[in-house]
Amino acid sequence: MTPRTDSAPLPSPVTDAPRSELLQSVVDVARAIFGAEASSVFLLDEEADELVFQAVSGKGEEFLVGRRFPAGRGIAGWVATSGEPMVVDDLSADPSFDRSLAESTAYVPNALMAAPLISDARILGVLEVLDPSPQARSGVRELDLLAMFARQAAAALRVIAPERVVEAEPRTVFDGHALAGAQREDALRLLGSLERLLRGVG
Amino acid sequence: MTTTEPRRAGPRTGPGQGLTWSLRGRGPDDVPVLADAGPPLGRPAGPATGRGVRVCVVDSGVERDHPLVGTPAGSWVVVKDGESGEITVEPTTTGDTCGHGTACAGIIRRTAPECEIHSVRVLGERFSGTGDILMAGLRWAVEQRFDVVNLSLSTTRTRFAQELHSLADSAYFARTVIVASAHNTPVESFPWRFASVISVGSHQEDDPELHLYNPDPPVEFFGPGQNVTVPWLGGRTIRTTGNSFATPYVAGLCARVLSAHPRMTAFQLKNALYLSAANVRHAPRPSTAAGDIRDDSEN
Repeated sequence: MTPRTDSAPLPSPVTDAPRSELLQSVVDVARAIFGAEASSVFLLDEEADELVFQAVSGKGEEFLVGRRFPAGRGIAGWVATSGEPMVVDDLSADPSFDRSLAESTAYVPNALMAAPLISDARILGVLEVLDPSPQARSGVRELDLLAMFARQAAAALRVIAPERVVEAEPRTVFDGHALAGAQREDALRLLGSLERLLRGVG
Repeated sequence: MTTTEPRRAGPRTGPGQGLTWSLRGRGPDDVPVLADAGPPLGRPAGPATGRGVRVCVVDSGVERDHPLVGTPAGSWVVVKDGESGEITVEPTTTGDTCGHGTACAGIIRRTAPECEIHSVRVLGERFSGTGDILMAGLRWAVEQRFDVVNLSLSTTRTRFAQELHSLADSAYFARTVIVASAHNTPVESFPWRFASVISVGSHQEDDPELHLYNPDPPVEFFGPGQNVTVPWLGGRTIRTTGNSFATPYVAGLCARVLSAHPRMTAFQLKNALYLSAANVRHAPRPSTAAGDIRDDSEN
């Protein structure tokens, strides 16, 4: 992965409270499922051709949100462009990990799982799980589980922001392209159900 | 063998080269074919190392000079012009943008140590237009008449399906074998779904030299794809899992078979993989004494 850490983080990447809560629950649950040190969601900003950290659970939680890196690069980039999940282990010696990111987080993962957030054949971003517990990391089944969970998260995301997932200006989420009136209420109801499902309290 | 002298033999009747709709005014003696029978039970002979066989990895590029891969015989990149949208294939020195292509090349190299590996990079530029670029890279590889194309990728975009299908068929008849990964999740994607490619998914066994035939296609073969040690960026190795890594094992097997039997066609090659699959048993032919009424006079 080659995150571009020199660019300034977005001031506030997610101001839409339901979406922010959904994404946070996605990374929290992903981390719990795989007994992982950390989990993050990147969303694709197609115009800028970048992936943006939108939610982080665990290490890096305080300062990674909003950081960007080129969409075609690294493991997350491969996952975003190929639409395929990926698991890699024995990574800590991998120079494709950006050293400055490693230093800034004081944490270099040894293993990483990543799956695309795909909804309706469209790639919205990538869900990553860092240092899953050793028994939860390397098999085809785990890859399947992560991919399924990512698909569910993508479906929920798609409901909230069907037109445009990453906004240059987060406030525009309620502008013309967003759902209005009854449609929006329906969407929010569906989101609520999905959230309860994701949180396992349904 | 140089890159300009591909492994070819036999008459060609591909599109644009005189289509043969039916055999009229000519007899069997007019269409002789010098064939390779293929290896017994489909298994490549011991000395078959992939020598003389040109393999192209269509992926994220291949690292230059990785000790487990060597220097690729050719490195190319598909570039899409931001303004005109024109897509071109150019030589490149950029290596690998991710590690994935290097991993695939490494598996091919260890399976067929003496094959010639080329790389065409279709990932790692701009995100948008990925399907176009994949299509252009694969088309280019088929036009270059590589013997084997490893495609550990697929596209879910149905608008490319028809074009990919026709490209896969052209490759099949032109003796360029496309070895394509099934998607890792149960979704429709292409071109692995097509019968004219050799499609590969992962089994969960530890045996690094095991391949299986799937009696219930569309994915036709399974190779080792779980917890595979592969070369990665910076001359190192990692372990990884997925159909992506089962595919180059089968591509490497194809290169080995072709190096010993260079006249084999794509369907013979697929049959060799079928016959040599560990789960394909060779039943004795039925005997007439057992009540079988089929004509089996040779037995």
